[in-house]
Amino acid sequence: MDSDLIQLLGTGLAETLYMVVLSTLISLAIGLPLGVMLAVTEKGNILEAPRVNKALATFVNIVRSFPFIILIVILLPLSRFIVGTTIGSTAAVVPLSIGSAPFLARIIENSLKEVHTGKIEASLAMGAGTFTIIRRVLIPEALPSLVRGVTLAIITITGFTAAAGAIGAGGLGSLAIRFGYMRFRNDIMIFTVVLLIVLVQGVQFGGDLIAKWINKKRFKFE
Amino acid sequence: MIEVKNLSKTFITSNSKIQALDNINLKIEKGDIFGIIGFSGAGKSTLIRCLNRLEEPDSGRILIEGKDITRMDKKELKNARRKIGMIFQQFNLLDSRSVFENIAFPLEIAGCRNQKIKERVEEILEMVGLTDKADSYPSQLSGGQKQRVGIARALANEPDVLLSDEATSALDPMTTFSILELLKEINQKLNLTIVLITHELDVLNHICKNMAVVENGRIVESGPVEKFFTNPESSTSKSFVNILNSFQRGRLYIEGGAI
Repeated sequence: MDSDLIQLLGTGLAETLYMVVLSTLISLAIGLPLGVMLAVTEKGNILEAPRVNKALATFVNIVRSFPFIILIVILLPLSRFIVGTTIGSTAAVVPLSIGSAPFLARIIENSLKEVHTGKIEASLAMGAGTFTIIRRVLIPEALPSLVRGVTLAIITITGFTAAAGAIGAGGLGSLAIRFGYMRFRNDIMIFTVVLLIVLVQGVQFGGDLIAKWINKKRFKFE
Repeated sequence: MIEVKNLSKTFITSNSKIQALDNINLKIEKGDIFGIIGFSGAGKSTLIRCLNRLEEPDSGRILIEGKDITRMDKKELKNARRKIGMIFQQFNLLDSRSVFENIAFPLEIAGCRNQKIKERVEEILEMVGLTDKADSYPSQLSGGQKQRVGIARALANEPDVLLSDEATSALDPMTTFSILELLKEINQKLNLTIVLITHELDVLNHICKNMAVVENGRIVESGPVEKFFTNPESSTSKSFVNILNSFQRGRLYIEGGAI
């Protein structure tokens, strides 16, 4: 085992974590309102607006149609404008966030639509407004499903960061390509993949744990 | 008092038009327990849902305590709804909230302070007999207990009217009886007007004072409940009473004695 291995893997892991956490937070900030809007503006929902819904859905579908690598290339100018550079982890956060926000929005939309219409009607009958229903009924009722959805999104974003590594984002993906593939360092390749596996398993385990904990509180039987 | 004048509602689907309500006229006195009965698809559910505009009527007027529900804008309607309680067949409680928090919800919506919410919820929990279940979640309750929470929630904000949309249809006969007793007690204690829709004759017989029979979106008969059983006029009430009579004849035959 070479002495640079630990240091390379350490830096790679740190960069990957940095990109995943920051991109998740930013895409949540964009995806949550977008997902809520997609759900509530649908026909028959509390803020029915078919045209708005159609426009949002089309926008989301367009962004989701881009292969992620292409999206990064297209968004290079935006990265340069916001971050000042197109290379490095921070620059990659821009396309990562924009690329995963529509995906997250769809997941959130689906979770919110699972909430039984009877609960929404009961809230309307109590005189609740749209915002109250979103904040106090839709989101809390869908919370376990939302947690599972966000877990799924984090794992997808982790995959995206590896792809972003191919064009200068840093992180474990970049390590696997630059060292594992181009310099024939099999040890680095193996450890990178192992680290990614552990990372994904950990995220999934954590997400499941939180979702279960919420459900346990609500559905425990004495 | 609730007054419904010339209320009509048509559902338009892609290939048909369904006249759910056809020129409905009703007058329900304050403190009454008013039953609306009819077969499935007669329009009774649409009618009760129009009373708080969960369903928008096409034409006609609805006055509750003199206020015209049909002419209200969004904000006025929200305020009016806070004084119209509603209970549902499927209870529609929030799984994310405990019993206490479910009952507190309408008070939160109305903007009550925490201290007042706590006092009121405890008071109403006692009224429906669920004080020991305050910290339970809906999934841990039986059907009857869930409906008690539904009733408590509907009454929390001291409404003028309680609308009941098939509230006992998902419950067994024993539980139905206890829920009806509770509604009766509430009606007497608070002089609360209750409008309930049902397809169960027992419900009508047990607690309603006045009734209306809905058939194909029209009110075909109305008056005191006794009239429904002794002198049914419409085809719906005749067939309801016939079903009842044929069961009683069968029972007479099996048991071999007078009822």
